[in-house]
Amino acid sequence: MLRLKYQEEKIMQKNYDLVIVGGGPAGLAAAEAARKNGIENMIILERDKELGGILNQCIHNGFGLHTFKEELTGPEYAQRFIDRVKELDIPYKLNTMVMDISEDKKVTIMNREEGLQVLQARAVVLAMGCRERPRGALNIPGGRPAGIYSAGTAQRLVNMEGFMPGREVVILGSGDIGLIMARRMTLEGAKVKVVAELMPYSGGLKRNIVQCLDDFGIPLKLSHTVIDIDGKDRVKGITLAQVDGRGKPIPGTEEYYSCDALLLSVGLIPENELSKEAGVELSAVTSGPVVNESLETNIPGVFACGNVLHVHDLVDFVSEEAAAAGKNAAKYILGNADTDSGEKVIPIIPTSGVRYTVPANIRVEKMEEQLKVRFRVGAVYSKCYVSVYLDEERIIHRKRPVMAPGEMEEILLKKEQLQEHEGLAQITVKIEEA
Amino acid sequence: MNKTELTCIGCPMGCAVTVEMDGKGGITGVTGHTCKRGEDYARKEVTNPTRIVTSTVMVEGGALEMVSVKTKSDIPKGKMAECVDSLRGVCVKAPVHIGDVIAADIAGTGVDIVATKEVPALVP
Repeated sequence: MLRLKYQEEKIMQKNYDLVIVGGGPAGLAAAEAARKNGIENMIILERDKELGGILNQCIHNGFGLHTFKEELTGPEYAQRFIDRVKELDIPYKLNTMVMDISEDKKVTIMNREEGLQVLQARAVVLAMGCRERPRGALNIPGGRPAGIYSAGTAQRLVNMEGFMPGREVVILGSGDIGLIMARRMTLEGAKVKVVAELMPYSGGLKRNIVQCLDDFGIPLKLSHTVIDIDGKDRVKGITLAQVDGRGKPIPGTEEYYSCDALLLSVGLIPENELSKEAGVELSAVTSGPVVNESLETNIPGVFACGNVLHVHDLVDFVSEEAAAAGKNAAKYILGNADTDSGEKVIPIIPTSGVRYTVPANIRVEKMEEQLKVRFRVGAVYSKCYVSVYLDEERIIHRKRPVMAPGEMEEILLKKEQLQEHEGLAQITVKIEEA
Repeated sequence: MNKTELTCIGCPMGCAVTVEMDGKGGITGVTGHTCKRGEDYARKEVTNPTRIVTSTVMVEGGALEMVSVKTKSDIPKGKMAECVDSLRGVCVKAPVHIGDVIAADIAGTGVDIVATKEVPALVP
């Protein structure tokens, strides 16, 4: 990316204590928390024409039960946080693209009114969210006709722009957005013929299978994938086939479905191009930054939260995590958290079915009295235990009737317990069979 | 006595709830839920299933082309399609505020359709 070093002299530079990159649910909650913890000189940067991020196109309900104890739609949930940011008089810039973040926290931004600007920040909260895995990431054979959309693009077209991407629809992937769009397009008069999922389990929440597929009699075909796309200018149909345990199509199981649109709901990827440029260390599992107990990256003063850190299922948890990041950023700025004073860093090791944890490591002195550690499992487990070990000592052994990769799990670590364990070298989180 | 296994849709937790019935339409027991909402959902789902329906309608003279809407409370499951159908072609004038009634008594359910998004009027 352009770092524009030779031009920096000419570009207007402004100083901020805190720059928040992204005005979606994570950025809004981080901003609120930072302001309430004493940060005055701060700004939120948003590339879209309004605050609220992806919630603006998530018009379905089910948001906010944890946060507000009532069921809201996406735009309503976003508005609650937008109102708080406005009440607290927190400045924000819309239609503003962040071009670059440097390791010394110079944030280069651009918009139509002010052109190019450099903001020198003391702390940065990364809250850029995630984006969808595109067709190119899937290696589907067949033509390249019009009519193939990612589910989120279709959601934006239907919900915000008022267009129908198709009348006869096949959906590949059972991620939540795909399931939500199956219902939405059915209600708008389209025929959703089938939802195909490569894995033997759904990637979406159970409730979405019930209320988006079962309610409308839409079949969900597990262990199935698209092996051919038919059509030259526009999709005419697709061929589905069952796959074996290694994801290979099984000959003889092919089925042709005529359709004029194929929606892809095949996963989300944290959007970390800016983080990478800044030198933030990323996790190979989550594609998000590796963070410590303060949600701080390897660059002191650069924090991450929400879907840019790891993809969440529930916005409520994004808000909660982002509030922690905002509070920690405030502490950093106000000097309560002196940088790298040589405390011991305890790694959290995910193993036996646990794919990753956020945070990935803990400085016990810096953690709050209680710390939520979130993780995902790599397969479907039933009647097993989530166990946490401090070195060899098991401190948590919690029974879980069902766990699936589509649903984020959490454990609560207590500072006292960690302090009491002498010579703590590592924490292990694993799944144990009953 | 027969049992119905349900997945609660009250929140994204998706609790597995079991409803026991006496065969004459009476509920004899609900288990597996983790909150009051789950029990209410299960009782309703086996007797009179309802859903909140969300959609969008066009806006005239607003900063955005569309405004998102929902049924103010849940409506019978069988009325979902009719509800969305009767919103087709509806156009409201900006500004629109959260909670504004967009259509009253949708599909004869007695439930209003309300806006779920703020759409300011377009400043010329």
